[in-house]
Amino acid sequence: MKLARIFLTVAFSTLIALPAISQTTQINGAGATFPYPIYSKWFSEYGKIHPEVEVNYQSIGSGGGIRQLTAQTVFFGASDGPMNDEQLKGAPGPILHFPTVLGAVVPVYNIPGVDAKLKFNGKVLADVILGKITKWNDAALVALNPGVKLPATDIAVAHRSDGSGTTYIFVDYLSKVSPEFKEKVGVNTSVNWPVGVGGKGNEGVAGLVKQTPGAIGYVELIYALQNKIAFGSVQNADGEFITASLDSVTAAATSASKSMPADFRVSITNAPGKSAYPISSFTWMLFYENPTDKQRAKIMVDFTKWALTDGQKYCAELGYAPLPKEVVALEMEALKKIKL
Amino acid sequence: MKTPSSRRRNTDDRAFRLGTGFFALLVVLLVAGIFIELYRTSHLSLAKFGFRFWTGRTWDPVSGEFGALPFIWGTLYSSMLAMLISTPIALGIAIFLSELSPRRLRTPLAFLTELLAAVPSIVYGLWGVFVLVPIVRKLQVVTPDWLKKVPLFSGPPLGVGMLSAALILAVMVIPFTSSVAREVLKAVPATQREAAYALGATRWEAIQAALRFGRTGIIGAVILGFGRAVGETMAVTMVIGNNPQISASLYAPQYSMSAVIANEFTEAADNLYLSALIEIGLVLFVITVIVNAISRLLIWSVTREVKAKAPKPATTMALAAPTGGGE
Repeated sequence: MKLARIFLTVAFSTLIALPAISQTTQINGAGATFPYPIYSKWFSEYGKIHPEVEVNYQSIGSGGGIRQLTAQTVFFGASDGPMNDEQLKGAPGPILHFPTVLGAVVPVYNIPGVDAKLKFNGKVLADVILGKITKWNDAALVALNPGVKLPATDIAVAHRSDGSGTTYIFVDYLSKVSPEFKEKVGVNTSVNWPVGVGGKGNEGVAGLVKQTPGAIGYVELIYALQNKIAFGSVQNADGEFITASLDSVTAAATSASKSMPADFRVSITNAPGKSAYPISSFTWMLFYENPTDKQRAKIMVDFTKWALTDGQKYCAELGYAPLPKEVVALEMEALKKIKL
Repeated sequence: MKTPSSRRRNTDDRAFRLGTGFFALLVVLLVAGIFIELYRTSHLSLAKFGFRFWTGRTWDPVSGEFGALPFIWGTLYSSMLAMLISTPIALGIAIFLSELSPRRLRTPLAFLTELLAAVPSIVYGLWGVFVLVPIVRKLQVVTPDWLKKVPLFSGPPLGVGMLSAALILAVMVIPFTSSVAREVLKAVPATQREAAYALGATRWEAIQAALRFGRTGIIGAVILGFGRAVGETMAVTMVIGNNPQISASLYAPQYSMSAVIANEFTEAADNLYLSALIEIGLVLFVITVIVNAISRLLIWSVTREVKAKAPKPATTMALAAPTGGGE
């Protein structure tokens, strides 16, 4: 008897509590893994200001994000590479791109007996990855690094084995600076590498480089910073050797903003500007221009405005480069295109 | 004659038969469902490449050219090597545990071997990356130059590659093969051994007789291990080097079918690319079926031979080797 009463009480109070729960609006998104730490920070911070909003973001990868957005199983998508024309055509409605933060890719290496920070330029980096430069004491590498005693060690190339936005940024840069790389390899999240071994994830590549004498690889700037891995500097389009940092990555976006296309689908690798780091990229959130669910659309527009302004202050602590204010201003204007 | 209770027993029997039959049918439906779904979702790639997919050596997501041969090669080569390494060890363990081991040691040793099967493959992978790969690299560094000229040992000392993958697979497969082989040897009737001893056989000869008696089951145990090796994904991708090339060298980085699916599926945004990855799954499925069919044929031919010689049917334990159950 007593049990039954307790049960009824619990059941009734749950029924009464239900409307209160259903007032929070749930919004689902999916996509890139690279911005996942900052996105989840944003969603949790935004949730503190707006307790009625709950955003679920699944970091299933850029490809998965684009597919789910196209299939309309999620409200918004996220990608490390912009959608191409074919993908946009395949979607049921026009899709808008909004850059949220910036990332960069750095070359890491392991040469026994060499502690100096090496300098690379696009051509040499491309030739190393193509397998054309096979020894560390190659004339081209020695010319770039006067004063560094480079050994005659074989170069072992390590790359990502999993499809990745990191790979996309890296090969996008190499394809811009080396016509041969563009022709032989090209740009995608996974490519047909001419030489080398593949490691899974940043940690896989970093592990391969660390363990293999003579290895060279590439990892995300955030990963290198957080794990205190030394990395080389890269010569930018203006001829300066730049070591990647949050500032030099934002600088690349600043100089690229001058020629920003209206849809923000832009690659900022090899960007002009004296202090711009050349292997930088935006990461994007993807929204439908004319969403059917106006209530959620309004919430997401408000959220995006917050993320692009107040939210940017969380970038530095998580290792992301914040957007330059020029780009934020353009995006604020572009957000008005979403039909509410 | 028919009392109500016996009639009830009859309906119970029928319900039981129908129920269990339904579950058996579910397995068939599941397998058919997997095949149909794989076939359906890989239609883009099937239509574009046809049989060329099986023989193509290029895997280029940029230009949209996909061939599965390096992955098929990598999967089969690594699994075969793993079987070569693991089978003698696993049989040794099984023979020791069932025939020679002191009774007190038997249970803890069997438990420990089976514990190897319970270790998650990611743990094997990490062990591979941090322990096995550096050892293999040292081995490669000290390989004398004349030996490096042999195609089997050519290539730079990277550590990751076919040898690391085969070794790690061998370790993972041993508990499967050895525990089934042990059960098979246990099931060999005592009369077999007694008869051998009665004829004046030594212990080794008696064991040989037992092995001969249980050979179908032992083949089944090996095939079970092979199936495990073919499907293994995580540990392999962490140590094989992930380079889609066809090389006989144990030192060369290569790739496997399940590894490429796991690596590239999430970021494959292009439809043809995704379809090609699913077709790799289809190829893996077909190869699994072929391997199973070959093992059946093998067991069948051996059983027939035994039947012809001895009136007693051989032990047919663990013949249903579910191949491809990696993850």
